[in-house]
Amino acid sequence: MRTVMTGNYASAYGAKLSRAEVIAAYPITPQTSIVEKLAEFVTTGELRAKFIPVESEHSAMAACIAAQTAGARTYTATSSHGLTLMHEVLMWASGARLPIVMTNVSRAMAPPWSVWVDHMDSVAQRDTGWLQFFCASNQEVLDTIIMAYKVCESSGVMLPAMIIEDAFILSHTTEPVDVPDQQLVDSFLPAYSPEFKIEVGKPRGFGSLVKPDQYMEFRYKAMLAVKEAHDRLLRVEQEFRNIFGREHGGLLEEYRCEDAEVVLVAAGTVASTAKDVVDSMREKGNRVGLARIRAFRPFPHDELRALGNKVDGVAVLDRSYTFGPAGAMFTEVKASMGSCKNPPPMKNYIAGLGGRDITPKVLEKIFEDLLVRCKRSEESEVEWVDVAGLPRRWH
Amino acid sequence: MTRSYKDIPITPISDTPSTMNLTGFWRVMKPSVDKSKCRKCTLCWKFCPDVAISLVDGVPVIDFRYCKGCGICSVECPAKCIVMVREGSE
Repeated sequence: MRTVMTGNYASAYGAKLSRAEVIAAYPITPQTSIVEKLAEFVTTGELRAKFIPVESEHSAMAACIAAQTAGARTYTATSSHGLTLMHEVLMWASGARLPIVMTNVSRAMAPPWSVWVDHMDSVAQRDTGWLQFFCASNQEVLDTIIMAYKVCESSGVMLPAMIIEDAFILSHTTEPVDVPDQQLVDSFLPAYSPEFKIEVGKPRGFGSLVKPDQYMEFRYKAMLAVKEAHDRLLRVEQEFRNIFGREHGGLLEEYRCEDAEVVLVAAGTVASTAKDVVDSMREKGNRVGLARIRAFRPFPHDELRALGNKVDGVAVLDRSYTFGPAGAMFTEVKASMGSCKNPPPMKNYIAGLGGRDITPKVLEKIFEDLLVRCKRSEESEVEWVDVAGLPRRWH
Repeated sequence: MTRSYKDIPITPISDTPSTMNLTGFWRVMKPSVDKSKCRKCTLCWKFCPDVAISLVDGVPVIDFRYCKGCGICSVECPAKCIVMVREGSE
């Protein structure tokens, strides 16, 4: 069924089509309409699920952990401060190897108080052991939820996943979305059947104490699972394409990168804007390309290395700042490309924090930098874009 | 014995109950009960955080396989019939 809907409804439909059995969530702007829609699905009987209204996001995740441990497929959704309140239990979900799927509507952290998009909340959870998928369209949100369950529930992975929607730009903007038939989704995504779960009559201890002589082996296995998720996602997306006739670009979506001289690396909706900018700059004869980080975890290390080997300059746009040497995506992309034979010159742009628009003009200037100025070593490696008081004019 | 990462489950799940962990060897001080002074109030039984006290005719019997010697029973006992003594001194 082709219709129009917001990113938040796309999330709700994704969870419904995936037949989530337990949904525990706490409302927060701009995620609320996901929870409302799912509550409506459960109330009307369109979705056979247990809906648990909880008193906090920490409790929402704890309830999902308990239900998933009992063998149910679970879903939740949150945003910004809700996600960071979950931090402790996010670690528990991944360490307990529970394939919970959650939408995070990515929103700036306060103070200053803000309800608009940036990626600080999501990026701050990169070390929790969750897979993280940044989306660029409402269709991708819906499709990635279905794919995420399949990736996460596969026996070599068994990890939770976070589907990331940009606040308002996706969450509250309507776009054409194809809602696939339930029978097709059922044929793609079988019922959740874990190798272990809480069973009456078979008492066992979950999340038991492990002494220093055995702890590292468990973490090593979790690392292997994230690596496995890399290959698994590619296979699952291929299978998805065969059934549903569309795909979203694997872990790193490369747009006109084949013969590109310079590329911009970005995640989320700004990457869609960047595709238009790539097209218009190509018309003017500039060999530019875009690499969209779709999966931040697992990280597309091999893909980025291969890209770094064939381009002359790379800009990384971070929609968050991590108070280290540079933005998080930049430091990681640089770590991957640093192992290229001839690492390309790289520059980090910090842009769009707290919902500030990243306009095509800003992206054009970044590409122009890349084509001309980025190769000069005296350039500062990190540049904050469009900050009042700084000398550079962006508009 | 450290097991290979290949031989462990993906997350720690124990098939044995925690009563397999005999924590009595942690003990430095040990509760000593003077049964003749006991008023059978059962406070020691209620307060023992390790459930290491059972009651026989209302009088505490301590399971030294689990008693860690924390001394809570001794503090709570209104009749002062439980005193802590150094392990091995009796």
